[in-house]
Amino acid sequence: MIALPPAPAPAPRRQVLVGTAIASAAAAAAVGGMLAVWLRLRDQAMHGIEGTWVPKDVHVPMVPANVLLISLLPICVFGQWAVYSAKRGDKAHTGLALGLVGLLGVAFINAQAYIWSQMGLPVTQGSFSIMFYAVTGTITALAIAGVVFSAITAFRFLGGRTSDHESVSAHALYWYAFSTIFSVLWFVVYVTK
Amino acid sequence: MTTIDTHATGAADAGAGLACVADWLTTTDHKRIGRLYVGTSLVALVGSLVVAALLAAERISTSSTIVDLGSLTQLFSVYRFGLTYVVMLPLLLGVAVAVVPLQVGSRAIAFPRTAMSGFWAWLLGAVLAIISIAANGGPNGGNKRFVDLFLLSAILCIGGLLATTVSLATSILTTRTPGMNMRRVPLFTWSVLVMALGLVIALPVVAGDLLILFIGHKYPSLSELSGNRVLGTTFAFGFSQTTTLLFAVPVLGFLAEVVATANRSRTRQRGIVLAGIGLTVSAVFGVALQWPTGIRSGFSSLSGGDKVSDLLPFALVHLLPLLGAFLAVVLTLGSIRKGVKLHPALVFGVLAALLTFDGFLGNALANIGDAGLAGTSFEEGVWLALVYGAVIAGMGALVHWGPKLWGRLIPMKAVLPLALLTFVGGTLASLPMMVAGFADQPGAVFPVVQDGDSVVAFSYSGPASLWNGLAAAGHALVLLSVLAFVALALRSFLAGEKAGDDPWDGLTLEWATTSPAPADNFADLHVVQSAEPLLDLKPSNGSDAR
Repeated sequence: MIALPPAPAPAPRRQVLVGTAIASAAAAAAVGGMLAVWLRLRDQAMHGIEGTWVPKDVHVPMVPANVLLISLLPICVFGQWAVYSAKRGDKAHTGLALGLVGLLGVAFINAQAYIWSQMGLPVTQGSFSIMFYAVTGTITALAIAGVVFSAITAFRFLGGRTSDHESVSAHALYWYAFSTIFSVLWFVVYVTK
Repeated sequence: MTTIDTHATGAADAGAGLACVADWLTTTDHKRIGRLYVGTSLVALVGSLVVAALLAAERISTSSTIVDLGSLTQLFSVYRFGLTYVVMLPLLLGVAVAVVPLQVGSRAIAFPRTAMSGFWAWLLGAVLAIISIAANGGPNGGNKRFVDLFLLSAILCIGGLLATTVSLATSILTTRTPGMNMRRVPLFTWSVLVMALGLVIALPVVAGDLLILFIGHKYPSLSELSGNRVLGTTFAFGFSQTTTLLFAVPVLGFLAEVVATANRSRTRQRGIVLAGIGLTVSAVFGVALQWPTGIRSGFSSLSGGDKVSDLLPFALVHLLPLLGAFLAVVLTLGSIRKGVKLHPALVFGVLAALLTFDGFLGNALANIGDAGLAGTSFEEGVWLALVYGAVIAGMGALVHWGPKLWGRLIPMKAVLPLALLTFVGGTLASLPMMVAGFADQPGAVFPVVQDGDSVVAFSYSGPASLWNGLAAAGHALVLLSVLAFVALALRSFLAGEKAGDDPWDGLTLEWATTSPAPADNFADLHVVQSAEPLLDLKPSNGSDAR
């Protein structure tokens, strides 16, 4: 067997951060692909016989939709607060920041469910309703994944892994990516419809 | 950023009986996960080839009734879904999972449990998808519940492949041994990274479309999304080109890898080969756009603006991958030294790359409207060239890296004729379909077969029975070759000649550990100073091209 020169101590690994970045790219691709279908179908509908994409009796509530978008700002701020605190070994503030991110994530899911209930849109209404539930359902699934990520990161950190800054950074990265994805979705689905 | 990971616990040597089974079921050893992928996809390959041969034989004559007409739609679905997502991608992904961590000098794959979960999710999804197609579900199926099950199963299957892909890409990006920057990664590893990054974008898009179809099908309305026929039209790209171009990228890396090993020298113009392989990732734009990016028929009569709007996406999605494949294949083949010792994997690599390049070329041609190939069997021929190219590369990879996976050699004299037979079979299966496409034999990704329908009851003036007969013979030849190869591989696995640690006089890190590689791959960490670290230590080394 060939003997190669021995290596020095390995550099700190950043697998969780890189893995989260790749998974976030996959999530963006999934939502982006759906939005592309949304735009194509909308274009077809607008140039079709009826000339409308959103059914006439459907009202999309904008206030909770805007609240969804606004809630992402504190999520990002608190996520970064967690990173800042974790790097200083501040267990209490890290836990608090992660908890707030998780709480706002749950509030996000709740607001999305509120939109669904307010709209009362049957899935069987046609292309708009199918696309609406597919896109908003996917983003809600991503929000649930984010809340789970927050919970796991918080438990790990509060459980004693205070040197694991990378997971906290990866957690923040996920929510940044989520915010970016939702911002695009908000513009396409709720603003331009 | 480079680092070496320690191996996850739970990957100890298998015991006997149930302990061994449990160990395999829960393994986090990347070599075992890779072997599970490869073994399962080879079994699926045999089944898919039987179906492929039956379908081709059915198309020899419009009056033949080899297969019940009611089953034809399902068989076409099994054929397309099976060869794409149960054979082609998992086979190459499995090889990559088994080999890439060894090549980059890592002790483990990143997120081994994710990779393992990905395998089981893929397997469960694939089995359920095939069952649902068999129960009149699947694309164009008539049983609503089983159509729903197919759509969910396909999402699960693709999700599993995606999980393993994320694990693989993270491994390449984060677990390389010290000194191995991205310019020094082995060529096969580079091609796997290119594929993985493409798949990270492509697979979620396909899964998203399947989810839309599932909702539309589960809750029927007047929408075009409510049936599942759109799976074979608007959303067909997920089971055809350009998605399959991405799946085939590791074939190019495999060729470059085995040529360098056979030459026993550094790869000439390595940077251009790397760039060529990298260019193929632009095929991902075709998946992301989800929109035809071909050149419309009557191109010469279009206005200047329309020509540009056709040419730009066509160049990005179809010509750039073709250019990349051309650079990689031509430069690599051109670098083969005269009088090079016949290396078994070299033969597999060259033949696989030829078929794959044929697929890249055919894909570009198929998207030129004036060629009149839309809706013909030409697309199927291109797809088959890519699939069989991947199959030959997968077989070659087992011949090449078998020593690292199970410590024994597959006999060269027996395996070389199989490489040729598989290539001849693959060419016979794909090329006649392309020729028949020029003669307007109808084709579709997921055809709907009804009494007197177009797929079997085609009508054109060409010699239909000749082309379809050749294709049937081609599928049958591949089937026989694969069966013989599997038998040889099994015999080698159980009682083959023991391989040394470095049987091919290799250049990359996987040949610096024992055969078979231990659970943790390497006893010590290694520092590398070139793209061919083992060549630096051998007497005939060259100091150029670092």
